[in-house]
Amino acid sequence: MTTPIKPKLKVATTSLAGCFGCHMSFLDIDERLLELLKLVEFDRSPLTDIKHCGPCDIGIIEGGLCNAENVHVLREFRANCKILIALGACAINGGLPAQRNHLSLPLILEEVYHAQHGLVDGFIPNDPELPLPLDKVHPIHEVVKVDYFIPGCPPSGDAIWKVLTDLLAGKEPELGHGLIHYD
Amino acid sequence: MITQVNTHSEYLDPILLHRRHNANDLLQVLREAQEHYGYIHSDAIDYLSEKLNLPRSKIEGVAGFYSFLYLQPRGEYRVLFSDNITDRMLGNMDLMASMCAQLWVESGKLSEDGLLSINTTSCTGMCDQGPAMLVNNIAINRLSNERVSAICELIRERVPVSAWPAEFFAIEDNVRRKDILLGSSFKSGSALAVLQQRGADEILNEVKVSKLRGRGGAGFSTGSKWDFCRVAPGEQHYVVCNADEGEPGTFKDRVLLNSYADMVFEGMTLCARVIGAKKGFLYLRGEYRYLLDHLQAVLQRRRQQALLGKNILGIADFDFDIEIHLGAGAYICGEESALIESLEGKRGTPRNRPPFPVTSGYLNQPTVVNNVETFAATSLIGLNGGSWYAGIGTETSSGSKILSVSGDCDRPGLYEYPFGVTVAQVLADCGARDTQAVQVSGPSGVCIAANEFTRRIAFEDIPTAGAFMVFDQNRDMFEVARNFVHFFAHESCGFCTPCRVGTSLLSNMMDKLAQGFGSPYDFAEIEKLNVLLQSTSHCGLGHSACNSVLDTIAKFRPAYEKRLAHKDFVPAFDLDSALSQARQMTGRDDKGAHLEREDESR
Amino acid sequence: MSPDNKSTFTLDGKTVSYTEGQTIIQAAMAAGEYIPHLCFNPEFKPHGSCKLCTVKANGRQTASCTQQPQPGMVVESDTKELNDERRALLQMLFVEGNHFCPSCEKSGNCQLQATAYQLNMMSPHFDQFFPDRPVDASHSEYLLDFNRCILCSLCVRASRDVDGKNVFALSGRGIKSHLIVNAKSGNLADTDFTGEDKAAHVCPVGVILKKRVGFVIPIGKRTFDEHPIGATPHPTVKGA
Repeated sequence: MTTPIKPKLKVATTSLAGCFGCHMSFLDIDERLLELLKLVEFDRSPLTDIKHCGPCDIGIIEGGLCNAENVHVLREFRANCKILIALGACAINGGLPAQRNHLSLPLILEEVYHAQHGLVDGFIPNDPELPLPLDKVHPIHEVVKVDYFIPGCPPSGDAIWKVLTDLLAGKEPELGHGLIHYD
Repeated sequence: MITQVNTHSEYLDPILLHRRHNANDLLQVLREAQEHYGYIHSDAIDYLSEKLNLPRSKIEGVAGFYSFLYLQPRGEYRVLFSDNITDRMLGNMDLMASMCAQLWVESGKLSEDGLLSINTTSCTGMCDQGPAMLVNNIAINRLSNERVSAICELIRERVPVSAWPAEFFAIEDNVRRKDILLGSSFKSGSALAVLQQRGADEILNEVKVSKLRGRGGAGFSTGSKWDFCRVAPGEQHYVVCNADEGEPGTFKDRVLLNSYADMVFEGMTLCARVIGAKKGFLYLRGEYRYLLDHLQAVLQRRRQQALLGKNILGIADFDFDIEIHLGAGAYICGEESALIESLEGKRGTPRNRPPFPVTSGYLNQPTVVNNVETFAATSLIGLNGGSWYAGIGTETSSGSKILSVSGDCDRPGLYEYPFGVTVAQVLADCGARDTQAVQVSGPSGVCIAANEFTRRIAFEDIPTAGAFMVFDQNRDMFEVARNFVHFFAHESCGFCTPCRVGTSLLSNMMDKLAQGFGSPYDFAEIEKLNVLLQSTSHCGLGHSACNSVLDTIAKFRPAYEKRLAHKDFVPAFDLDSALSQARQMTGRDDKGAHLEREDESR
Repeated sequence: MSPDNKSTFTLDGKTVSYTEGQTIIQAAMAAGEYIPHLCFNPEFKPHGSCKLCTVKANGRQTASCTQQPQPGMVVESDTKELNDERRALLQMLFVEGNHFCPSCEKSGNCQLQATAYQLNMMSPHFDQFFPDRPVDASHSEYLLDFNRCILCSLCVRASRDVDGKNVFALSGRGIKSHLIVNAKSGNLADTDFTGEDKAAHVCPVGVILKKRVGFVIPIGKRTFDEHPIGATPHPTVKGA
């Protein structure tokens, strides 16, 4: 890839209700990360430890929405990023956290903090510092407009690389056989 | 266990005997069995499975398909409020809420004491005298606060429905304009006498000459249908009268069967002679259960008059009889191949076509399926001749059409006109003022705006099965379309992907707009869904499920635009409400325990 | 009608011959051509419910599994318009159920998933329904995970028409349609189902699963990891 004439694109990433597995997979692009860094610079991301997202070209979201904080962060990304990408199963369809959706939230909280065997004087944490859980876990496209999706649990480094380089080259991203995976 | 089964045998054996242990009558057996407990007991299914030699899974599959069959207790009193848009306009939702409050029951759920349940149901065909309800499948109309309170009292006192005041069950015909059909002084047997004199070939010829087209809405030539069926090879031929009048806003068949049943049965008998059928069915929608005894009596009288049964009118070899099958709350069974499936005791899923019923219908034998009004018209044609009939109406739409008029007008009821009448004429006759729109032919039909009132009721302009719902300037046409979309989602048979999922998605999207979460994004989504449903659905239900939305978007766009409250996409649910359970569980109400709407936070 | 096009039609420009009684998809398969499908299985009578196989036949959209060709018929299948519609149908199936591929033993051998790959379905697009569909693990050898059921009724047809058992049936209506089994308890263990049944081997998704063999073939080495689904007219799934 040639050196860009244009200024570097700004990219932000975050993990909401996810396991950081998609971020780990992102790192699986290995030495291509160095090539990527020639083209982009990172804003808010676990890679930079920047806490808030400024105006960016691309925002990458791992994980779905399970609590109020997830909603705040997602909105911050949508407001600041020209292109928003849902990365991985949880962002796209709720994934593993959404497996709680067939249970009622009060039932879950009751089970986890009161009823479970071995709890003494259990109470449901009510510290204002803690984000409140939503009654259901939602994929991010149900709450904000999402521009691109990279499925997989996690998507492979190659799939992430393909989408990013397609976008950087101004092409419509396309994953062919072998790169598109839901598992 | 044994005693349980014996208990069920007591009421099931007579039913099974009457139905000759015929597995094709499964739906009828289940419907009759349910009348015992108000639901179908799990042990009863075992008993039926053994006696009918049917797998349990099949019986549960059939029972699960029909809205009026219950596999769980629904109470001694099962109240269903008709929920057509015309019932809504007459305040059915307030009445239902009031009834739920008076009887301490949540709609859709069984009361804690197991006494009753209250729910909504699709249009019960009483739009001219709504708001309407069914109690234990029997119709009660003209609901008011007083009547609802009286019903609550009767339920509280546990008075059996059979002992409720007779005036509750009074149903008016409301015939407002008579023409050749409703105005005829038809004498039972008179058309058959012509048949006796002139023979089946000539009767078929008269039906062809009359250019009569099917009154169910599709408008297929009746003469051709009878002819195709007549020449189709088969061991038996069958005549089926489609009285599954489920299209919301239609109620003409109710009146025809109440006051003109002889014309209908006589038309079926003419058809039987033409196609060589020994057996016919009247498939009567479950909502018209109250007509059953009356219709059985008419059939019985006709047998005594030698107009049905063996050697009709003494003609050797002219044997024909009619059996009544009741539906059980499934609009899709108005589709002829789904109706046939239902007659065969199956789930009412439309068949793949071809083959069509004329060659492969009931039990895969050649079958004519015609509408109630069509059969009644053939009696007139038999009596008065085809050219007489063809001279009435327009060139391509001969004869008359009965319209079921309801909604915003002074005189709702039946209006029969020669084909070609303008919408404006009907509106003038029924006393409609400040009319904004007319929904012709029900939710699957067309929505006509004021600038189109010069259009005509005829196959070449506005074809219709007869529903004519009037909306004045005060009505919200978005809410009309939303009611129709909910109707289709409830009535989708679930067979094909686009209709099963698409009607639910469409109804969710319309709800999203109604709740104030709409944006141009949703508008585009609705339009995309419309295309998909029309192009890929299995049958007419899916094809037409979007009609009302498409029409109202095209003709009443402001009703939609005011719902597009947001410039950009917003979620279909309120995020702050999505935290309410957690707030309740933690007792928190601080700022962090809330989520603002996004456009407020910006 | 000229005699030379008497029993041929064209599929995306290619000439396909057919015999009396064949439907478009059956003739296409015999000619080695793939048309996306889920509820269709060449061993069974066409059913026509999933609508994935929708084609344009002489300009009119129709399910190719139930539509018989006519001489000289022009059939379009692999077009952007049709593939867009098929993708939307797949998205409907995905949001209607709970398709959590990462935990599904059928992943990589699943026709729904593979068809979605083939049609580049990057997201479910619609809002998820998240229905509550409990799993039936009562049977000693087989598991039923209803979360993934797409109501294709292949198991219903196989059990009824091949096994003569009626283990499976559809109940409910509309969006509440669901698969049931032939037992008062509602449990597979209380039916006469066995692993020898044809019905045990026809599920195109991950509803009917043999226990304890789910990961014998590792993820990454499965049918559709190796070849995309359109590589053959109808897939033969590994381990089925």
